[in-house]
Amino acid sequence: MNLATKDIGQSLGRFVLTTLGVGMLLMVVMAMGGIYRGILEDATLLVNEIGTDLWIVQRDTRGPFAELSRVPPNLVHRALAVPGVKSSREFVFHTVQRERRGKPFRMAVLGLSWPSDKGDWIPLLAGRPLRQNHFEMIADASLKIGLGEKIQLGKETYTVVGVTHDMLASGGDGIGFFTTADAQAIQFDVPSEAVRLERSSRAARGTRFELAAKQPSLLEFANLPAAELPQIARPQVSAVMVSVLPGAEVQQVAKIISGWDDVSVFTRKGQRELLLEGTVEKVRRQIGLFRILLVVIAAVIMGLILYTMTLDKIHSIALLKLIGAPNSVILGMILQQALMLGALGYGIAFLAGRKLFPLFPKRVILADDDLLMLAGIVLAISVLASLMGIWKAMKVSPNEALA
Amino acid sequence: MNTLPEANSTNSTNVSDEIACAIETKGVTKIYGSGNTEVVAMRDASMKVQRGEVVALLGPSGSGKSTFLTAVGLINPPTSGQVLIGGEMVLEGPVAHTNLRTFRRNHIGFVFQKSNLIPFLTAVENVQIAMELAGESRGAARRRALELMEYLGVADRASNLPSALSGGQQQRVAVARSLANRPSVILADEPTAALDGERGRQVMDLFAKVAHEQGAGVIVVTHDHRSLDVFDTIFEMEDGLMHRAKKP
Repeated sequence: MNLATKDIGQSLGRFVLTTLGVGMLLMVVMAMGGIYRGILEDATLLVNEIGTDLWIVQRDTRGPFAELSRVPPNLVHRALAVPGVKSSREFVFHTVQRERRGKPFRMAVLGLSWPSDKGDWIPLLAGRPLRQNHFEMIADASLKIGLGEKIQLGKETYTVVGVTHDMLASGGDGIGFFTTADAQAIQFDVPSEAVRLERSSRAARGTRFELAAKQPSLLEFANLPAAELPQIARPQVSAVMVSVLPGAEVQQVAKIISGWDDVSVFTRKGQRELLLEGTVEKVRRQIGLFRILLVVIAAVIMGLILYTMTLDKIHSIALLKLIGAPNSVILGMILQQALMLGALGYGIAFLAGRKLFPLFPKRVILADDDLLMLAGIVLAISVLASLMGIWKAMKVSPNEALA
Repeated sequence: MNTLPEANSTNSTNVSDEIACAIETKGVTKIYGSGNTEVVAMRDASMKVQRGEVVALLGPSGSGKSTFLTAVGLINPPTSGQVLIGGEMVLEGPVAHTNLRTFRRNHIGFVFQKSNLIPFLTAVENVQIAMELAGESRGAARRRALELMEYLGVADRASNLPSALSGGQQQRVAVARSLANRPSVILADEPTAALDGERGRQVMDLFAKVAHEQGAGVIVVTHDHRSLDVFDTIFEMEDGLMHRAKKP
């Protein structure tokens, strides 16, 4: 006869409610693990997905993700000239917050180096990669911009030609993929009035130079777009991505580039480490510590529940001892109930989590390793939590059955 | 009432053919505390109960009856004296000569003032568990539990939880449980205290019946003087001292 199930069967409602409570608690522990994993995945997603070998960034910065980086676009050509380099591309990355349909709209803007990179590597749910240099974009599903929809950014309107998924920046914002030119246009967009004021200011500055007095026609250049003025540098890019030829040594190429005084270079692994040790380090540690705290709280609560459950049947335990039940029977009853509570709670946490976690604003990733580890922790908690009840039960004298 | 089909016919024969000692205590003394706080709960209590004999133990509250019962029930060993069960030396003072819990399971049945059934087990399971703990198979334990309940007239309540039984029915189930492992001794602590006169009488008759039919030695601690005619022998306790009393 299984005393554990008999006892549970008699107060089934109470056990179900207790198990639900434990399940919800474990779900929070599971969610913390999932959020932790999600932060790591989101932080390194771009580095992993883009799959480039080297990142060239502004000298002495940890860009382009961990901090701001600015490099000239012609760096692409310098990098391409290094022996062993297969391709090099511009990388533009920044975040915008605008208003859309009356609500704040945040998007990470990523520039694809047209025409070498049209976004063919981006996993699409619908639509296609970019097919023209301007006014097209691929949007992450979390941005909630449907295929074919148009969005105004700056002075231009962009059409969504592809929808991807799970493409998030480390801050959790969905990514919009544009050509580099469009991404820069979005980044450096200034109002028309500001353009007019800058041209006037440029003309006014010109009049103070002797050259303008000698050749007044030069002042006409002041009214041209900035991109057409050789004196004004082209907008800078965040970084340059380099892929090396098959068989070429990545470290060797990195060594050559790192010899240039104006840039720093990171391998893919180095970039990942920068992200994990920099941008998300504190969040990662905070959630990790909070998760440990939750596990301890879950252990304490389960311990108290099991202890109370044992106290509730202390008279029955005394009676069982009186009629000669060996300690193993009593210990087995408490331990089985603890394990049932833990296992069912874990099952509830898993099933409820599978339904609820996708509704969270940021990704909650239930990794197999994490789930297995939590199952092990729950098993350990169940055993440890039952120890208090077992200790109490072992101390009960059969005399108490006579009271 | 029914007769138990396998009502320990050998025991019954033994009881009628030879006098077997179910329980014997020799100079059992129980002292709580020490020095200034020393309390003598029971002094030099000696008693011999034969198989098939029903013994009443009378006495006012605090006279040491329950202390005696817990000592011979191997729950609360005495400070000194000997307890023999079925002729076997079990306790010499606080020193146990055997595993008391196992011995208790196999040789002693208990019935209490309150029925003391396990609340999460049905009536039949309450009887069955005692046998399963003694190593009986589930099927055999179930069969014998139902037979015992039939014998005691509560078979129709077998699948009810204790909370659904009346006080008398609960006591019958408790008696059935006490008989489960064919004990040589049944100890009952005021088993009729929670019952009305008629039901109390029925329970007392039941003890006499099981003692005589099952061949167990039965000690009943009671305040109920109306049923003393049921008992073969009467002992009284007062201030920790035990003596044999006359039957009314």
